[in-house]
Amino acid sequence: MNIVVLVKQVPDTYSERKLSSGDHTLDRDATDAVLDEINERAIESALQLKEGDGAGDSTVTVVAMGPDRATDAIRKALSMGADKAVHLSDEALHGSCAIQTSKALAKVIGTLGEVDLVLAGNEASDGRTGAIPAMVADVLGLPSLTHARELTVDGATVTVRRETDDGVTVLTAELPAVVSVNEKINEPRYPSFKGIMAAKKKPVTTLTLADAGIDASEVGLANATSTVTSSQPKPPKSGGEKVTDEGDGGQKIAAFLVGQKLI
Amino acid sequence: MAEVLVLVDHLDGEIKKSTFELLTAARALGEPSAVVVGPAGSAGKLSEGLKAHGAAKIYVAETDSSDFLTPQVSVLASLVESKDPAAVLIGVSADGKEIAGRLAIRTNSALLGDVVGVSPEGATHSVFGGAFIAEAKANTAHPVITLRPGSVEVEQADGAGAEETVEVPAASGRSATVQSREPVTGGDRPELTEASVIVSGGRGVGSAEQFSVVEGLADSLGAAVGASRAAVDSGFYPHQFQVGQTGKTVSPQLYIALGISGAIQHRAGMQTSKTIIAVNKDPEAPIFEIADFGVVGDLFKVAPQLQEEVTKRKS
Ligand SMILES: Cc1cc2nc3c(=O)[nH]c(=O)nc-3n(C[C@H](O)[C@H](O)[C@H](O)COP(=O)(O)OP(=O)(O)OC[C@H]3O[C@@H](n4cnc5c(N)ncnc54)[C@H](O)[C@@H]3O)c2cc1C
Ligand SMILES: Nc1ncnc2c1ncn2[C@@H]1O[C@H](COP(=O)(O)O)[C@@H](O)[C@H]1O
Repeated sequence: MNIVVLVKQVPDTYSERKLSSGDHTLDRDATDAVLDEINERAIESALQLKEGDGAGDSTVTVVAMGPDRATDAIRKALSMGADKAVHLSDEALHGSCAIQTSKALAKVIGTLGEVDLVLAGNEASDGRTGAIPAMVADVLGLPSLTHARELTVDGATVTVRRETDDGVTVLTAELPAVVSVNEKINEPRYPSFKGIMAAKKKPVTTLTLADAGIDASEVGLANATSTVTSSQPKPPKSGGEKVTDEGDGGQKIAAFLVGQKLI
Repeated sequence: MAEVLVLVDHLDGEIKKSTFELLTAARALGEPSAVVVGPAGSAGKLSEGLKAHGAAKIYVAETDSSDFLTPQVSVLASLVESKDPAAVLIGVSADGKEIAGRLAIRTNSALLGDVVGVSPEGATHSVFGGAFIAEAKANTAHPVITLRPGSVEVEQADGAGAEETVEVPAASGRSATVQSREPVTGGDRPELTEASVIVSGGRGVGSAEQFSVVEGLADSLGAAVGASRAAVDSGFYPHQFQVGQTGKTVSPQLYIALGISGAIQHRAGMQTSKTIIAVNKDPEAPIFEIADFGVVGDLFKVAPQLQEEVTKRKS
């Protein structure tokens, strides 16, 4: 199987995240960047499929669109065990909207020949668009099976147990298809030392827009389908009163709530 | 006045509250038209509720297709083409986001996702768990907008509710097929995203059985129950109750955190709550940095006592 995993480098959720005051895009310099945790799970799924593939001829290709430093996220994915990577990186991509991003990712996938399965995270932790995988599927005319908690491939049929806040839906489709995974699907493996060393030698192809057949007018802040016109930090909430329980903690909360007219 | 398409979220003949929020929000942009996609006979039970919330038209597309979400996307896409609406409004949920994204691709529309308010000028986003507020505008006709539940106060309004049948167009690409569906049926407690009071438990609750302490306090307050990811991962409480970065975003009048440390990813889902109460054994727990009132103590002592006080006051 030819498996593609879409990965995104995001600001570490453990650090304070900011919007830049100039163009209101994500201020990538303000924060540490990491491979999004959900994408580690997508890679784990891909590796499990590869390892379980009797024919033993599966490849896992990582695809990322993002600035130069996204190579760190790509290396992490390769050190977990992915075979190779394609990085779409071009100044002109800065500020692209979800529509532009999904069309660009579809173009990159199009350069990879016959792809059987595209894996992605269900939702990135920076934007919470939560729709790129389904949008990519739509651009490619492929079925989208999103929010997978379980994923099986049997011959040319993919089955997904889709688990969301609204319930469980079992979905099937014929390959090729796009699948996004949720955070309960697996526990991603840690890269081994061997894996980290091997990753240094794995091929990473960097594509410019032209390489991927994308016109500059199809991407970027100036051509985005939506524009952020202003942004403001909200003052963080500050702590109020803190008391130590001396056998009357519950009563003290009750008194506070009464004072606030909440009970 | 321009039409605004509103996708109706319904289950077993019941309209979700988020749909009424959409109909209310839509009136700021034009005249709301409700779009019902579902199995034959679904629309009948819904029309009263839709009219009472200002739906001027009700488009009805009946289908027994097992294609996953494709009927909703195709119906909305054909209505966008034929009616040229001012906007399409869809509620934020896993399905809603997917329908919205695919629709925006089909109709070459801007996608304004997960907004907390709409106006003729654009939409308001709350990003990074409410740490930033951003205004955005669409650069295309008929933008597709997803609205976060609980961000708009529902207002009733009379709508003519004129019904019009629409065909479900043939799918343009391949779809996933639905083999089975088990919707989560809400228990007696309010929905997390709709509740005005939430009591949440974390790893400190210690076990699934002991979550009854959280539930007991919640029930005395008529509250919804939430959980941290650590509590969910440890199997104390089901996944759909997770609050935070990768769970639900909530903004109730009152949020009570029991045995939750207040990791940044948890706070991202609840820090815009109006009043926050925290009970934690550890005086250094970061949850106290955002709590309006904090008690350093054992939740198994404090929560039952609070429950007793609340019950006393009610009787
Ligand atoms: C990408 C990513 C996404 C994430 N998304 C989420 C998310 O959506 N939601 C979420 O919640 N987390 C999320 N997390 C996890 C988050 O980082 C924390 O691990 C998690 O919130 C911790 O949960 P907790 O506070 O219940 O557990 P802990 O941090 O272990 O805290 C338990 C607390 O209980 C207290 N305690 C113990 N016993 C008692 C007692 N008897 N009485 C009173 N207090 C007691 C302890 O002092 C401690 O402070 C995410 C992490 C990552 C990396
Ligand atoms: N710029 C990108 N490059 C590669 N993959 C992406 C990108 N943006 C989104 N994705 C994929 O889509 C998933 C969901 O992201 P989103 O829809 O933005 O919340 C992510 O977990 C990735 O798998």
